[in-house]
Amino acid sequence: MNPHCASSTNNWPEVKAVAERLLGDDVVQFIEECRKTSEPNSYLIAVLHKVQSKFGYLGASHLDAVAQLMQIPAAKVSGVASFYHYFRLQPRGKFIINLCLGTACYVKGADRLAEKLKEELGIDFGETTSDGMFTLEGARCLGACSLAPVMLINDDMHGTVTPDQIPIILDRYLKKAKQETASKSAS
Amino acid sequence: MIAKRRKKITLTIDGNQVTVPEGTTIMQAAEQIGIRIPRLCYHPDLSLAGSCRVCIVEVKDMGHYMASCSSPVWEGMEVRTNSPEIREARRDIVELLLDNHPMDCQTCERDGNCELQNLAYSLGVRERLYEGKRKEFPIEDSSVSVVRNPNKCILCGRCVRVCAEIQGVYNLSQHGRGFYTVVAPAHKANMDDSVCIQCGQCINVCPTAAFLEKSSTEAVWKALADPNLHVVVQTAPSIRAAIGEGFGYPPGTPCTGKMITALRLLGFEKVFDTDLGADLTIVEEAHEFLTRLQTGGPLPMITSCSPGWISFLEKFYPELIPHASTCKSPMSMLSTLAKTYYADRMNIPPENIFMVAVMPCVAKKYEAQRPEHLMPDGRPYTDAVLTTRELIWMIKCYGIDFTRLPDGQFDAPLGIASGAGDIFGTTGGVMEATLRAASRILTGKKPDRLEFTEVRAVEGLRDTYVAIGERNVHVAVANGLNNAKQVLNKVVSGEEHYDIIEVMACPGGCIGGGGQPYPSENYHVLDPQLLRKRAAALYTIDGSKELRESYENPALEELYETYLGSPGSVKAHQLLHTQYRPRLPRGIR
Repeated sequence: MNPHCASSTNNWPEVKAVAERLLGDDVVQFIEECRKTSEPNSYLIAVLHKVQSKFGYLGASHLDAVAQLMQIPAAKVSGVASFYHYFRLQPRGKFIINLCLGTACYVKGADRLAEKLKEELGIDFGETTSDGMFTLEGARCLGACSLAPVMLINDDMHGTVTPDQIPIILDRYLKKAKQETASKSAS
Repeated sequence: MIAKRRKKITLTIDGNQVTVPEGTTIMQAAEQIGIRIPRLCYHPDLSLAGSCRVCIVEVKDMGHYMASCSSPVWEGMEVRTNSPEIREARRDIVELLLDNHPMDCQTCERDGNCELQNLAYSLGVRERLYEGKRKEFPIEDSSVSVVRNPNKCILCGRCVRVCAEIQGVYNLSQHGRGFYTVVAPAHKANMDDSVCIQCGQCINVCPTAAFLEKSSTEAVWKALADPNLHVVVQTAPSIRAAIGEGFGYPPGTPCTGKMITALRLLGFEKVFDTDLGADLTIVEEAHEFLTRLQTGGPLPMITSCSPGWISFLEKFYPELIPHASTCKSPMSMLSTLAKTYYADRMNIPPENIFMVAVMPCVAKKYEAQRPEHLMPDGRPYTDAVLTTRELIWMIKCYGIDFTRLPDGQFDAPLGIASGAGDIFGTTGGVMEATLRAASRILTGKKPDRLEFTEVRAVEGLRDTYVAIGERNVHVAVANGLNNAKQVLNKVVSGEEHYDIIEVMACPGGCIGGGGQPYPSENYHVLDPQLLRKRAAALYTIDGSKELRESYENPALEELYETYLGSPGSVKAHQLLHTQYRPRLPRGIR
């Protein structure tokens, strides 16, 4: 062997193991199935769906793992993931806030709610708080105009909301999350 | 032959009847009658994109303009390439491309050789009717070689295509949608955190200044003005074959003498020849190759002069690292000698020497900064790397009238080189120089032939056997890393046994490097005609020299006798050899 080189310079087993560990057995198996077909690359979007439904989003490390296991260049994988609106590249919060910005809610003060939410959470629309609790989204119409202005947090509808209620509502969800973690660790 | 069997199609273009083989595009058919339809995203050596719409023409009864680059002709087709309406439409398309453009032409690096600027002029854009929102992406300069400025990008996709199709690297892709679309490495990461191998072909094919080399001219001007520094320069073989293009000479005009005089006028105290480094590389590499032949490997040995290739090896084929020659590149060998051997002889402290290398390559900027190429005190052996383009600019900036310069000569002791060193600048050249050396060693006498034309490979790939003495040596030569992949995959799978492989990252080798002059009007980037002319200049220089074998270089003889000992000695290994390691992210091959 060459005296200037380390004995093994093949990093594939390591790269592969890292990718497999990250994606988990179910996704790895799905990718292997896809690779057995005549057009494995055409399954890229299907694989990305699978990964997103498992992890809630497509992180850079997930995309790199998909690239390695499917042997598709990472630039292509991340190019595809960033093109489609459906794919999320950032993790989503435990609670998804959908603030209605439709006409009725808007004239009833949804803009002031938006300002208050941004201020309280310290994030903009489309972003997630650093503690991973809340993601703020804008919606066009939630079909509850008689309760305007409304916001949806996960599946709970909140009607005739005023800005000063915002901190109280958010706090209720934080407490809920805390209780859940506490009961989980107790069991 | 296949073209002959293809069905013929007759059509009319601007009233002229043209007959072409089936499958020809309107653009190609028009070229046959001397009409060059304006174009932007189109590149003859890359796949079709059809994204810019600049090349539109009118086809009778179609009801809409067609992109001539991607529309095949049909029987009886009636094409008009020009009419007041088409000219207006083309002009509007370019105006719309400009609507979010920075419009800082006077301060732009590409001023004067920008394809977008030239198109705007030739299509008659004389005012800005559409003032669109400007892009506001950060300029990304994490890499020591390539600077990415998405604000000047017109999304033609040529860089994406050259990176994927010619280099097989696939580092770039369009990310996002609509106005926010940006060409970037995976995850819009910095170039430094990507699989980029810094070859700079994206710079060459970019029609604007969305990709540029990171400039080193300021550092060099500063060093030249510093009275405490002894500023020396070395020039790679392919510079002399291309620098003339910057001053109006036709491609393939050797300009060694004028280049040396120009460098002296700029203020360099010594002008050294990287060719001597190349001769030294050959002697060390031939020694390494023969040792491997005798001791069982690892074979094939793969050449290591091209830093883009080395980067590709580390990211894409790490398991082949033991196969790479441990020899430093000619540039790094010469720089090392300048700060050791030359410094000793001249009694100049190495820290007072400022070593500039003029290279056809942007990856050399990266090579110079690699930790393996730093002196024990942490300073680099090569202080600054200029591309051919940067040197041309410096000569113009200084006000030197290049065409009227007398011929100069390289300086001793690092300026004497054989013709074998000259041909290092072209694909197949390192192989040919190695074969010259190997035949001398294996046969023990002056080789009966010096020219190994079977390894000259502007086309991209050569795979052949060369008889040297008793041995039949299996050699492969690849340029353009997508071509290299074909050979490397065979090595990995064990399908083929090679003895020695030459890889150069760029198409055509260094003569087609990422730092070479933008081609003049009648040529294009990657143009085989252009590459052949530049290569021919190097073969002419080689052919005209008495000294054509690295082993006959008297400067090397003295160097080994008085300083290094023998090829492959401990001192030679300390100074002239290096090492590589796998790097992440790992590329997809």
